Amino acid sequence: MQPAQAIDWSYAPAPETFPVELSPEHGLFIGGKFVDPRSRKHFETIDPATEKKLSRVAEAGKADVDAAVKAAQKAFKGWSRMRPAQRAGYLFRIARRIQERARELAVLESMDNGKPIKETRDVDVPLVAQHFFHHAGWCDKLAHAVPGVEPRPIGVCAQVIPWNFPLLMAAWKIAPALACGNTVVLKPAETTPLTALRLAEILQEVDLPPGVVNIVTGAGETGRLLVEHPNVQKVAFTGSTEVGKRIARACAGTDKRLTLELGGKSPNIIFADAPMDQAIEGIVNGIWFNQGQVCCAGSRLLVEESVVDEVIGRLTHRMRSLRVGNPLDKNTDVGAINSRAQLERVNSFIECGVREGADRIVCFDGALPDTGYWVAPTLFRGVQPAHTIAREEIFGPVLTVLTFRTPDEAIARANDTNYGLSAGVWTSRASKAYEVAAGVKAGVVWLNTFNQFDATSPFGGFKESGFGREGGRAGLAAYLA
Amino acid sequence: MATVTKTWKLFIGGAFPRTESGRTIKAVAGGTVHHLCKASRKDLRDAVEAARAAQPKWASSTAYLRGQILYRLAEMLEARRGEFIEAIRATSRTTPRKAKAEVEASIEHVVSFAGWTDKIAIVLGSQNPVAGPFYTFTGIEATGVVGVLAPDESPLLGALALACPALAAGNAVVLAASERHPIPALVLSEALATSDVPGGVCNILTGDHAELVPAMATHRDVDAIVAAAKGKHAATLKAGAAENMKRVTVVDPASDFTEPRWRSPVAFRGVTEAKTIWMPSMA
Repeated sequence: MQPAQAIDWSYAPAPETFPVELSPEHGLFIGGKFVDPRSRKHFETIDPATEKKLSRVAEAGKADVDAAVKAAQKAFKGWSRMRPAQRAGYLFRIARRIQERARELAVLESMDNGKPIKETRDVDVPLVAQHFFHHAGWCDKLAHAVPGVEPRPIGVCAQVIPWNFPLLMAAWKIAPALACGNTVVLKPAETTPLTALRLAEILQEVDLPPGVVNIVTGAGETGRLLVEHPNVQKVAFTGSTEVGKRIARACAGTDKRLTLELGGKSPNIIFADAPMDQAIEGIVNGIWFNQGQVCCAGSRLLVEESVVDEVIGRLTHRMRSLRVGNPLDKNTDVGAINSRAQLERVNSFIECGVREGADRIVCFDGALPDTGYWVAPTLFRGVQPAHTIAREEIFGPVLTVLTFRTPDEAIARANDTNYGLSAGVWTSRASKAYEVAAGVKAGVVWLNTFNQFDATSPFGGFKESGFGREGGRAGLAAYLA
Repeated sequence: MATVTKTWKLFIGGAFPRTESGRTIKAVAGGTVHHLCKASRKDLRDAVEAARAAQPKWASSTAYLRGQILYRLAEMLEARRGEFIEAIRATSRTTPRKAKAEVEASIEHVVSFAGWTDKIAIVLGSQNPVAGPFYTFTGIEATGVVGVLAPDESPLLGALALACPALAAGNAVVLAASERHPIPALVLSEALATSDVPGGVCNILTGDHAELVPAMATHRDVDAIVAAAKGKHAATLKAGAAENMKRVTVVDPASDFTEPRWRSPVAFRGVTEAKTIWMPSMA
């Protein structure tokens, strides 16, 4: 027998080499055309993995937002009165084009966002296509979605979306709005505008009538101008609870319809009788998918006390095999944090966790890249329910571990938060899984799985995680008068 | 006369066999004489066998995939738009305008059902608030192998209006084409063959309904029948179906298949089963 030798587990680089053409400057998409901003202002968007500039993007000012809303108003009559089957035709074609250009969109998304190509290719973009396909099918079936009332659109929808799933959030907003006969002005996040603008190209390719979808890029001020615009009838926002509250106040005193998909601090509950191999993968997926920059991330791990050592032992072993680095490498598990600001925010939470007395565990043996924004997968043990890292949304690859003894205590701890977006429950006993699911105040509960998304399945939160749902029949309500 | 004229055959299990019986039906379309296959009871049994073999995989593929495949079928119909219009016009002597309208409605019909696949359970399924500590759900499943008898009026749209709900829900279909105007359904078989619809999921026969109806009605491996039929045919179907409790839906052959009800959840009635699952909700 040969003596056991140390095995080199490192992988050769496997970069995705699909060429993505990128113009040096992007205009606004208004009335079916790309136009220069009347503000004459631009900003840069960078690749967070390299900090290199990708392109210059227009910053929409007041006159630009006015023009976009006007274009959407003008398009509303024709679009809302179009025969539903014809409206469906456009949405089906958008879905098909997205599938045709899927790899290009995936690569561009990874470049602009920093998330691994494995995720953009296998999760984000396929879900985008599905969302359009599913909602295309609703166009001529709305009467069956809301029986007893005539389904009518609301009008011009102001939609402001975040940077964590840039194209997917655009699809979640645009597809149901259009299916119900509304027109749209969308504002992508300032750090990730490129895939939404590529989607605008697709809208041109399928001859979507001008003005049905308009895209204005910019930062917070552009978003504020849009949601506060008097000629907008509906506001949909996905982002932080803090900004969501500001928008809710801004919409108070108007007749605008509002849906908000906000932050979370979601519990992932592991019982001693959980199918442990699957649970460990579910924990990993729950918090390190998309670098933890997921509103429904399973960021609070609640473990039954009797198995906490086993769970942490297995988890730290598994963490060592996570590959952190180049988002465009097909083997990468954890990519770059989206921006310097977010990196600083995540790091400040990590410092806070240490300062408040929790035990930080980092199981990452490799070296993080020299340029770009990186956080090694991190977990905290010995966390008390009152600790800042157990209460506030970190929005990064940082897991906090707490324990419980009984199902009732698990439910109480799970609900000890102002948020209520999602929850995970891991147990081999179905009745226990359902009992805990019933007790948890969350809009989505995953039993023996985590981070599952589907166009047919409503997503959204309880409590301060916002209101309104996206996907499925429940999601249509947000876009019907 | 064209240099090459098409030989029309049956469509069974994704292939184009001639009838095992060797019998033909003489049909004149566009000034050309065709000898179509006159399917026998054995051809019907072969088609049912192919449908039975294909059905489980079709039903267990995701609703999203079935939707995309039906959309692909619509793309293939669109590509043959001209051929369909010509087939309808030539065999049923209708006006070009009416033939065109029927083809357009047919394509739209398939697209609409491409959009139904992932909404059947949403619209027809339920969570049941039972008076006890249980979670109770009712899901919707395909019935199995469905025989379809197409009408003579609107030979293409009628065939699709009756077959699409069954296909969308995950059934496999054995379609007996319009007896008087079978050629549009044969063009459909070519569209099916070049779409991504798996072989055996939709089979098409041409022949005498008087011969096929009793055989279909009493075949023990047919689970449901959706038939444009009247009088004697309808009675024969229902009597034969009692043998294995087939679900029989009889529709008026003169129906206007452009009416909204043909694209509504009502269309799934005879080709789906409700399955209710109970689960304790207390540890």
